[in-house]
Amino acid sequence: MAANNFRHALFCAIITLIISYPIIGFNLEAQGINVTLTGADASTVVMVLLAAVIVFLFQLFREQIMGGLKSLPHPLPQASKEPMAENRRAKIESWVLTGIVVLALFWPFFVSRGAVDLATLVLIYIMLALGLNVVVGLAGLLDLGYVAFYAVGAYTFALLSQYVGISFWLALPIGALLAALFGLVLGFPVLRLRGDYLAIVTLGFGEIIRILLNNWTTLTGGPNGIGGIPDPTLFGMEFGRRVKEEGNTSFHETFGIAYSGEHKVIFLYLIALVLAVFTALVIRRFMRMPVGRAWEALREDEIAARSLGLSRTAVKLSAFTIGAFFAGFAGTVFASKQGFISPESFVFLESAIILAIVVLGGMGSQIGVVLAAIAVTILPELAREFSEYRMLIFGAAMVLMMVWRPQGLMPMRRIHIELKKQE
Amino acid sequence: MQDLLYFFQQLINGLTIGSTYALIAIGYTMVYGIIGMINFAHGEIYMIGAYTALIAITGLAALGIAWLPLILIVALICAMIVSSSMGWAVERVAYRPVRGRHRLIPLISAIGMSIFLQNYVHLAQGSRNVGFPALIDGGFNFGSGDGFQMSLSYMQITIFITTLICMTALSLFISRSRTGRACRAVSQDLGMANLLGIDTNRIISATFVIGAALAAVAGLLLGMYYGSVDPLFGFIAGLKAFTAAVLGGIGSIPGAMLGGLILGVAESMTSGYLSGEYKDVISFSLLILILLFKPTGLLGKPEVEKI
Repeated sequence: MAANNFRHALFCAIITLIISYPIIGFNLEAQGINVTLTGADASTVVMVLLAAVIVFLFQLFREQIMGGLKSLPHPLPQASKEPMAENRRAKIESWVLTGIVVLALFWPFFVSRGAVDLATLVLIYIMLALGLNVVVGLAGLLDLGYVAFYAVGAYTFALLSQYVGISFWLALPIGALLAALFGLVLGFPVLRLRGDYLAIVTLGFGEIIRILLNNWTTLTGGPNGIGGIPDPTLFGMEFGRRVKEEGNTSFHETFGIAYSGEHKVIFLYLIALVLAVFTALVIRRFMRMPVGRAWEALREDEIAARSLGLSRTAVKLSAFTIGAFFAGFAGTVFASKQGFISPESFVFLESAIILAIVVLGGMGSQIGVVLAAIAVTILPELAREFSEYRMLIFGAAMVLMMVWRPQGLMPMRRIHIELKKQE
Repeated sequence: MQDLLYFFQQLINGLTIGSTYALIAIGYTMVYGIIGMINFAHGEIYMIGAYTALIAITGLAALGIAWLPLILIVALICAMIVSSSMGWAVERVAYRPVRGRHRLIPLISAIGMSIFLQNYVHLAQGSRNVGFPALIDGGFNFGSGDGFQMSLSYMQITIFITTLICMTALSLFISRSRTGRACRAVSQDLGMANLLGIDTNRIISATFVIGAALAAVAGLLLGMYYGSVDPLFGFIAGLKAFTAAVLGGIGSIPGAMLGGLILGVAESMTSGYLSGEYKDVISFSLLILILLFKPTGLLGKPEVEKI
């Protein structure tokens, strides 16, 4: 057994060397059309060797290490832990949430402009993740082209404002409804596919939308994108220094305060906050409605759910459409925040990031998803020197989550009634 | 005559690309046939194969070796070894621990692996595309001096011959060897094969290794054919190859070959007669249409849903 173990450990170490040394240890450098090869510096080579040694030792003493880890107390709350009584938990949760929202309302007035801008982005991701959570987390449909609906929302606003001169407030429902329509039209034929086929079809759909946006230059401006997207207004008050549109007034003149660029940023943040809270509340309602129960039933056991009379198409389609609707919402806010959009913002990686947020947060759990969205957006900003490792860590985190904690950091707990324990 | 030559040119280009898609598609189809999951990181393994081959070629050139067959063979072997090891490691790290769980879990794990590998190469080699030297140039030209000339390059001939050799070797391996027989048994019924004493873990590893080795061959060939590689080069190619696998009927090896060729020809006809920008749209639309109307593909077996 020991010899066997040693052979396996050696084999793993050699594989580690093979997969890391050629790629990390040599650098290809393009000089014009010629490519030259340079060896990496000594420290990199030492790192590679060190990695191989670590793999060797880990595999050699695998059983002891795993045994040691098992005996440690579990750091995260266990899913099997008895949940609190339902009404008490709901009460605490709603108080905490209200507190957070109130705090979030006043917070931007005390911090820098950059922080508010980042917070707006976080809120957009929260909206996206909450929407995808309906599709992936609740209904169990893996949608890898979610970013397409986000793009539909953003481009609807951009194009309508460019050609028709529509305002943000009108574009918001139109963008969301159009995205929902896209979801409906795509969803209708594809939702009868099995899970992994559905994933690939949605991925293909996302790519098709992106390629169309990139190549339909006469309408969308192609890779150059669309600029000059108007900012939202508050009851006809604009946030610019000068009023752009006839009949509007400007915010600072109406209230007789000095002009500040921060007003606009904070206003956008507040809009995003209100919309994110709206998204969360609407989806929360849906989750408790019959249709929400049906999503989960279908996810858990399709055959059983169908035999109880649920229409597979209708239930899945509703989840897909609602998810797309909120992506359209987020897209409109995103277009308004950036003032400029191009197909580059809607690549597959974006879908993968939103999916990663849902997975990390715990599929189905709203609080988990919100926390994960905050973490995934803010952590790379805090650790700027590691920012190039962001996606690397992302990928690794997705794999590790699936291996160790597929239910996510804060898994959804079933709502259920418990019998009182006998004294 | 001119039109006919143009048509044949598109056909040749399509078959060239298609045969490399077929090589990559084998990896998808074999893995799917055995454990029923989409190995999303397969495109990245192919990309790593292309990078390794390029590193080997530049390294040999730096050493002053100029004999072409030696360079190609060494590059091919290096690429196959690195890619196969990668395929083995990926299965071990990301797929084996989640095997048998809910269907979405291995898929998400695979997407994570794909992002990880893309950024691994990106960090080590930079995000810019690197030129791949055209080692095999020249070719035959057909057609009159003026007007359209159809060309069949030596590179294209190399691709055909290499693909043919790989496919023949794979078919022989699957049908004749002991491991190949075990592969077929496992893909028919994993549990039963296990009961009969086949080491299924070993066979699953072997599938990943074979698929990765074929992807590495495709990496070297397509790298030379396109003339450059970059870290994102595997993503679209992987998606296309997956389309090819589905087109031919996922799980079926001859299906993957057929699907690859059909997809390659469809693509090159689109770029030849319509517009090169929309060739990706055509292949993804093809994928969606096949999945909708014939999810079992051309040569696939219908899957019976067991309750």
